[in-house]
Amino acid sequence: MTVTEPAPQAGIDEPATPQPSRWGVDIPGLEGADLRPIKWQLYLSLVGLFLGALMGILQALERLDVNLYENVGLNTYYEGLTLHGVAMALVFTFTFANAFCSITTMRGLERPLNRAISNASMYCAWLGVALAAWAILANKATVLFTFYAPLQATPAFYIGAVLLVISTWLVLANMLLTLRGWRADNPGERVPLLAFVSIMTYLMWFVASLGIAIEALAFIIPWSFGWTTTVDPQFTRTLFWFTGHPIVYFWLLPIYVSWYMMLPKWVGGKLYSDGLTRIVFISFLLLVPVGVHHQFTDPGIPLSSKTIQWLLTFGIFFPSVVTAFTLFAALEQGAKKNGGTGYVAWIRKLPWGNPVVSGQLLAGIAFMLGGASGLINASYTVNIVVHNTAFIPGHFHLTVGTAVALSIMAISYWFVPYLTGKQLWGRKLAVAQTWLWLGGVFTFSRGLMQNGVEGQPRRTAVNSAIYSVDHPEWGIGNAMAGIGGTVMFISACIFFLVIIKTIYNSKRVEGTQIVPITEVEHGPHLNHFLLDRIGVWVGVAAVLCIVVYGELMLHYLPLQSVSKGIRLW
Amino acid sequence: MIERYEKIFMKLAAVFLFGAVAALVVSIAGGHASLPEPAGRIEPEQVRDTAPFDQPGVREATADEKDEFDYKVTMVAQAWQWDPPAVEVPQGKRVRFEVTTVDVIHGFYIPNTQANAMIIPGQITELDLTFDESGQHSLICHEYCGIQHHNMGGKINVTPAEK
Repeated sequence: MTVTEPAPQAGIDEPATPQPSRWGVDIPGLEGADLRPIKWQLYLSLVGLFLGALMGILQALERLDVNLYENVGLNTYYEGLTLHGVAMALVFTFTFANAFCSITTMRGLERPLNRAISNASMYCAWLGVALAAWAILANKATVLFTFYAPLQATPAFYIGAVLLVISTWLVLANMLLTLRGWRADNPGERVPLLAFVSIMTYLMWFVASLGIAIEALAFIIPWSFGWTTTVDPQFTRTLFWFTGHPIVYFWLLPIYVSWYMMLPKWVGGKLYSDGLTRIVFISFLLLVPVGVHHQFTDPGIPLSSKTIQWLLTFGIFFPSVVTAFTLFAALEQGAKKNGGTGYVAWIRKLPWGNPVVSGQLLAGIAFMLGGASGLINASYTVNIVVHNTAFIPGHFHLTVGTAVALSIMAISYWFVPYLTGKQLWGRKLAVAQTWLWLGGVFTFSRGLMQNGVEGQPRRTAVNSAIYSVDHPEWGIGNAMAGIGGTVMFISACIFFLVIIKTIYNSKRVEGTQIVPITEVEHGPHLNHFLLDRIGVWVGVAAVLCIVVYGELMLHYLPLQSVSKGIRLW
Repeated sequence: MIERYEKIFMKLAAVFLFGAVAALVVSIAGGHASLPEPAGRIEPEQVRDTAPFDQPGVREATADEKDEFDYKVTMVAQAWQWDPPAVEVPQGKRVRFEVTTVDVIHGFYIPNTQANAMIIPGQITELDLTFDESGQHSLICHEYCGIQHHNMGGKINVTPAEK
């Protein structure tokens, strides 16, 4: 349902005489103060992207043999790399999800979330980021974002990360509370699809985050305070990857919310099936326990666990295939309505002049290559060829680094005006920015992937490495990564220019701002109620996790808790 | 709920996926590649006092071991060096590497071979490799292990097979 009347007063600072053209948002009952925590989550996300991009250009320049770390006050390449990983993989993505999925849940359920919980989540995230950033910049946490024990950072680093995770749990609690209210008011109705996919994203993440939560709270934090002396590095690493794989879904699913629920609307098409959409989101929840495919080459993990989780990992192919079909169907339908023809030529009739659309379409193109390279990484013994080589960052800069990051940038071109009431500044520049990012990342990832196949390790200051002289074949890949990374940085700078000029734009938007929601071709059907039983799906997911990781633990236990904390930076 | 074209599309995808799994199963069954599996545990602080890691280096297999391998290379990883820093093994022989670490996580990686494994405190990493060609290989630590991580390189010299 679309609300056609202007919504009440959201975001208006001073009460004025009612005018039909006044800016407002399309969520009934929402007040300006409800948008404030959402806005500040989004701003924190942009801070994360900014810090991450700054560290990114330093790494790109290192590939070109220009080492600027000391010039900017950082101690080492690895301090910058830690900041890059934390800022991009945790801060940027989590806080964007907090902001975006809060809005989509409110819009889906047509009621505001609890304001106090929204505020608590926002403060929690800012505090966590401040703690972790201090720890890194004070050179007390150069452990990379994977923080593998027994490298030991200061407790503030881990506490900061935990607070950031708690901010996401608060968003979920808020969603569930609001859903309960909605269900009480709408007995016998299907949960609106937009709210369902948003909440399912957070339920998946809650189950997934338990690994890292147990790792940090039960093992790493007590150990970093000195309350316990030793940990088991193989075990804490396994807990990390329990979360470390499905964290990828948590980066991606807010983007899926946009691709499924909004992109069809932007291009004038429809979403094909309500039921299949729900099944796709449910299947990510069920596919949480696959983290061991990041540990194929670990010595302490039995082959049985590696085999089971390898096969489960291939299950991710299913929702990906459905997504590819569904999105292309919606895009083709929209383009053909717009006069597009042929098998392929219709693509030109998509609204490429809209940066919100162009960014997400280009992100989708990168995701196809990212998904294909992911299949290589996940393929059991084939993983040996690429594990921990530069191929891996080559792969994930196409997925999280573009499918997700470029989509977030594109969505921001709609989201920032929606939240601030300011008109988007520099529309054409924004379109150019999205193309520049794609060109940059293609060059960058191509270079890294080639170098990975030719034996270059990841997470390494390669131009300083003693063995690089023996590997002149890495030269061209380094150049491509350096140049591509620089282009990505320029693209990020343009993004920030557009966003800042938008926030300070004197031109305001008029009328009710809309969360664009697609129409659905088929469904929802009243006989698909099982799909909405979120408790059932969480239960099934929990059983799957217990069975799959129980098998591993049965073989692994007792713990080999032998490592004291070590600081090597 | 599912349309005809989508069904065809998903069936094709399933065929592709089962093909990929089958190809891997054939390659594993044929012994072309294998993943490391648990090969024992050890206390990092006692590595230097525990055989065989108290005397890292290369040795020929005993008569009992000849079924499985021809040479054994024992190595210790320590930030930021390999002990021994260089090893020499003959071309065409089955070499078994056994490696562990005295401090943090390291990676054991010989580019352009199938030697790619993690070395994790408390665990022993074992992997088998046959070098088909002679020449020099880099031995690279490919897991971040502190600020000199990029300088943790060793050498594997493969000597030509005796004619």
